[in-house]
Amino acid sequence: MIEFQHVKKVYDDGFQALKEINLEFKKGELTVLIGPSGCGKSTTMKMINRLMTPSSGKILINGKNVSEQNPVELRRNIGYVIQNIGLFPHMTIGKNVAVVPHLKKWDKAAIDKRVDELLRLVNLDPEVYRDRYPSELSGGQQQRIGVARAFAADPDVILMDEPFSALDPISREQLQDELIRLQEELNKTIVFVTHDMDEAIKIADTIVLMKDGEVIQTGSPERILRHPANDFVRTFIGQKRMDSETSIDIPIVDEVTVPNPVTIFPSRGLAEAIKMMERRKVDSLFIVDRQHKLQGIVSIYNVLDQYGEENKTVKDVMKPIGYLVRPGTPLPDAVKMMSEHRLTNLAIVDDTGKFVGLITRGSVVKHLSEVYPSIVDSLANTFGEEA
Amino acid sequence: MNAFLSFVQERGADIAVALRDHLTISAAAVLLGCLVAIPLGIALVYNRFNWLNSIVFFLANLLQTVPSLALLAILIPLMGIGMKPAIIALFLYSIMPILRNTYDGFDSVDRGVLESARGMGYGTLQRIIRIQLPLALPYIMSGIRVTSVYIISWATLAALIGAGGLGQLIVSGLGVNKPELIITGALGAIVLAFLIDGLLGWLERVLTRRFGRTSSITA
Repeated sequence: MIEFQHVKKVYDDGFQALKEINLEFKKGELTVLIGPSGCGKSTTMKMINRLMTPSSGKILINGKNVSEQNPVELRRNIGYVIQNIGLFPHMTIGKNVAVVPHLKKWDKAAIDKRVDELLRLVNLDPEVYRDRYPSELSGGQQQRIGVARAFAADPDVILMDEPFSALDPISREQLQDELIRLQEELNKTIVFVTHDMDEAIKIADTIVLMKDGEVIQTGSPERILRHPANDFVRTFIGQKRMDSETSIDIPIVDEVTVPNPVTIFPSRGLAEAIKMMERRKVDSLFIVDRQHKLQGIVSIYNVLDQYGEENKTVKDVMKPIGYLVRPGTPLPDAVKMMSEHRLTNLAIVDDTGKFVGLITRGSVVKHLSEVYPSIVDSLANTFGEEA
Repeated sequence: MNAFLSFVQERGADIAVALRDHLTISAAAVLLGCLVAIPLGIALVYNRFNWLNSIVFFLANLLQTVPSLALLAILIPLMGIGMKPAIIALFLYSIMPILRNTYDGFDSVDRGVLESARGMGYGTLQRIIRIQLPLALPYIMSGIRVTSVYIISWATLAALIGAGGLGQLIVSGLGVNKPELIITGALGAIVLAFLIDGLLGWLERVLTRRFGRTSSITA
C-alpha cells in the first residue's frame, strides 16, 4: 500500500534525520510509528503527504510515487489528524468536518449527509453539535471531530500525528477505543505516530520502533513484547534489563503506587462520594483534608449504610485507617503486611501525616510483572495462599 | 448656548459640506491605507527574509514620526494644494498601524490550525483567504479603528493646504476671530471621531465573537 524505498532525510544544517528507511505499510492495517522524540517518526509520517520531502529515495502509494503527484491533490486524498487538533476556530463543527469534501467540491446535499453520518460515527449527536463552535467542546470532543474530519472524504490512507497525547487520560482511553472500533468497521490504512508504548500496544496491528532516524524493529505488538530485538527495545517497552551480575534492587513502596488514588474532602456529602466512586470505578475513597493529611477511609458499604441521612458527610461515616506505611518502606514488608492483615490496599503516609501514595494488590502485581517477570510466579503464590 | 445653536442652524449647510469633506478625506486615506497595508502585512508574514521585514517596519515607523504639518507642507510642491495631497499625507500615516496589526493577526494564528489546513489540502491562497484572514480579522479591524480615529483628528490640519473639511471652520474662525466657528469645527471632529470609533468598535466586537475563538485545548 505505502512503501518507503531507501528514504533519507538530511536537513540543511547537516543533521541526518532519517538514515535509510525501507518500510511497508500494509493495506487496511493500523501501523504505529514509535520512538523517543527526535527519532524521525513524525518526519517519516509527514513525507507520506508531502508535508516534508525526502532528500533521497522514493515513497510509493499504491505503486505511485508521491513526489510525482500534486501535493494539494495528494493531501485531499489522505486523512490527517494532528496533536493540537487544529480545528478551525471560526468554523462550526459541521463546517470543520466538511472541510475536505468542500475542497473536493462535493455538492451540498452530499456534504450535509456525510457530516451527519460522521458525527454519528464518532458518537456526537449531529443535531446538538453540528452548529456549535470548536471552543464550546471539550478537548476530547474536539479531537473526536478531528478524527471524524480525517475520515470525511473517505480516504484510503489516514495519518495521525500523536493525536491523543494532549488529552486527559480518560478521554485518551475513550478515543483509543473509538479508533479501534472505527478501524474494525472501516479498515483504513492508518499511520499513527506516538511515543506512548501502552497506546501502541493497544491499537497497533504493526509497530515500527525507531531511534535516531533508523528503524530498530518492526512487528506485531505481541512479537515485539515477546522478542525485543535489543536492549533499546527492551527499555522502551518498559522491561528493565535483568543481568545476573547486577544485584536486583529491592523496590520500595513509592515505586509501586497507583497513579491517581481517589481522595475526597471530609466535608463532602454521601451522594457525592457515591458518584465519585462510580466515576473512578473504585469501592473506597481516602479522606484527606486541605493539607492533604489522611483522615480516614470510607468504603461503599459505609456510605450505603447511612445513605438515607442527607445531612451526613463522609467525615461522619469514615473509618480510621488501621494500617499504613512510611515512604521508603521496602516493598516486601508492605506486601507481607497486606497479606497478613488481608488488606486490599495500603496507604503511604509521611511523617507529617500527609497522604503521599497508595499501593494495591493490582499495583504490586503490575509493577512486578513489568520489572521482574520471573518473580511474578513466586509472588502469585503469596497472594494465592492468602486468597 | 442659544446663540451657538442658532449659529449652527444658520450655517448648517456650510457645516454639512465641511463634515462631508472631512469624512471623504479620512475615509479615502484609511481605505487607501487598507489597500496597501493589508496585502503588505500578509506578504511580510510569508516573507522569509527577516531583514526585509525590519526595513519595511522601520520605514513605516519613520513615516509615523514626521510631524503632520511638515508632511502636508512637503507635499505642496509635489502635488499642489487641495484634497489630493491631504489624502496622500493621511494615507501615509494610516499604513503603520494597519500593517502592524495585519502582521500580528496573521502571525497569531495557531500553528496547529495552519498545519492541519496544509495537511488537509488547502492551497496557499485558499489558506490565506479562508483560514488566516478570517482569524486575523479582529486584529486588522482594531488597527483600522485606531487609525480611523486619529486620521479624523489629523484631517483638521488638512484645511491648511486647502483641502476643506472641519478644519476649514477652525481656520476661518481664527481668521475672523469667531469662536463659534472654531468650536463647531473642533466639536464636529471630536463627535465624528467618537461616532466612527463606536461604529468600528462594534464591528470589531462582532468579528471577534465570530472569528476570535481559539481552538487551543487545555490539557
